[in-house]
Amino acid sequence: MKIDIAVVDYGMGNLRSVSKALEHVAPHLNIVVTDQAEQIHAADKVVFPGQGAMPDCMRELELRQLKQAVIQASKQKPFLGICIGLQLLFEHSQEGDAQGLAILPGQVKKFPAARMHDAAGNKLKVPHMGWNQVYQTRQHPMWQDIEDGERFYYVHSYYVEPQQTSIIAGVSEYPDKFTSVIACENIFAVQFHPEKSQHAGLQLLKNFVAWDGTI
Amino acid sequence: MLAKRIIPCLDVTNGRVVKGVNFLELKDAGDPVEIAKRYDDQGADELTFLDITASSDNRDLILHIIEDVASQVFIPLTVGGGVRSVEDVRRLLNAGADKVSINTSAILNPQLVADAANRYGSQCIVVAIDAKRVQSNPNRWEVFTHGGRNPTGLDAIQWAEKMVALGAGELLVTSMDRDGTKIGFDNELNRAISNSVDVPIIASGGVGNLQHLVDGVEQGGADAVLAASIFHYGEFTVKQAKQFMSQQGIEVRL
Repeated sequence: MKIDIAVVDYGMGNLRSVSKALEHVAPHLNIVVTDQAEQIHAADKVVFPGQGAMPDCMRELELRQLKQAVIQASKQKPFLGICIGLQLLFEHSQEGDAQGLAILPGQVKKFPAARMHDAAGNKLKVPHMGWNQVYQTRQHPMWQDIEDGERFYYVHSYYVEPQQTSIIAGVSEYPDKFTSVIACENIFAVQFHPEKSQHAGLQLLKNFVAWDGTI
Repeated sequence: MLAKRIIPCLDVTNGRVVKGVNFLELKDAGDPVEIAKRYDDQGADELTFLDITASSDNRDLILHIIEDVASQVFIPLTVGGGVRSVEDVRRLLNAGADKVSINTSAILNPQLVADAANRYGSQCIVVAIDAKRVQSNPNRWEVFTHGGRNPTGLDAIQWAEKMVALGAGELLVTSMDRDGTKIGFDNELNRAISNSVDVPIIASGGVGNLQHLVDGVEQGGADAVLAASIFHYGEFTVKQAKQFMSQQGIEVRL
């Protein structure tokens, strides 16, 4: 049976919510949660989620021999990175001094402790957990029917800093502006969790189902 | 900016949502999936399920409920009650929970918090702290278990710091002095804990009106507010709560 969407399973965290949300928006599609490179190769589209610490994620990807399959998919077909699945695309993370997949040039950094307070002086907590606004910095088919400034659900302590600002597709503020969405050819990757972001999140997944990987 | 979260809490036993004060006179309040969907429609930012099933025979019921809810409601789900092992955490996460709340077991076996956080990440480990003011020293709070009946001798602030050091990604702080009273959160307790840790805290226990939610954020420094009865009894919808908080200048997701 043809695989429409492969959700990459490398043993990190809970992928059920990602596949459930995809099934909800696309009940007619064959969505497979898989740790098999062949299935990732065979799928039309790939979702690359992730939770937990980046060094553990890299180790698990290597153990399951999925690195090449993910890198290859990121160059060929509609590819959606979620949370750590965004961070892993870059070269290096401050979290555990870990190397990433280096598909895109840039770094993953921790929210700086010295900056973590709001304008009124209240402490801002890390992880950045909850619903925050996403400001769209460029047009993209994945933003179809999603309002600029819409709120999505986040849980993370690190954020990406791409070397090329041209790939930034969305930013959020905590308290400083940080890159929360990148788009580069067939790759679209988000720091928030669309599968947990109610209507807006489901719309984004619906857009991914419809997206042909071009801009 | 990041919105303050409003979290309705559903007490579940034997597959049904129940309501009652201090676990006494439990009344059937309906089907968990239907109630979860209703709160989702009203704009709840998260949902917390507390499994208060006493008998271990019916423990698996909560897994089926979470599976059902998770395939229809796409907001974060936290499940607590009776979590004793990393295996319990795994089963709840696999059923569709995003976070698991650990209470008594964290006291009996603090290493569980570290083991669960190491395995699944701090972002999905919530530690629930039930605290009561110390009579002889009202600026101190003691951690209790079993609905406020059993004292542990632990200082709530130190305990909060220890839990975060072990890997808790969030703290659910319930005042046992206020729980069920409807006179508002213990905001001094919440403020003291919020100031002493970097992770988000959820205030719980004592909400009787919408101003209490505002006070929880402004006075208690809470990142999220949890309430059960004001929503269950239909006094207020989650949407009304959010509109009120927004009018008071609090950032919420409307």
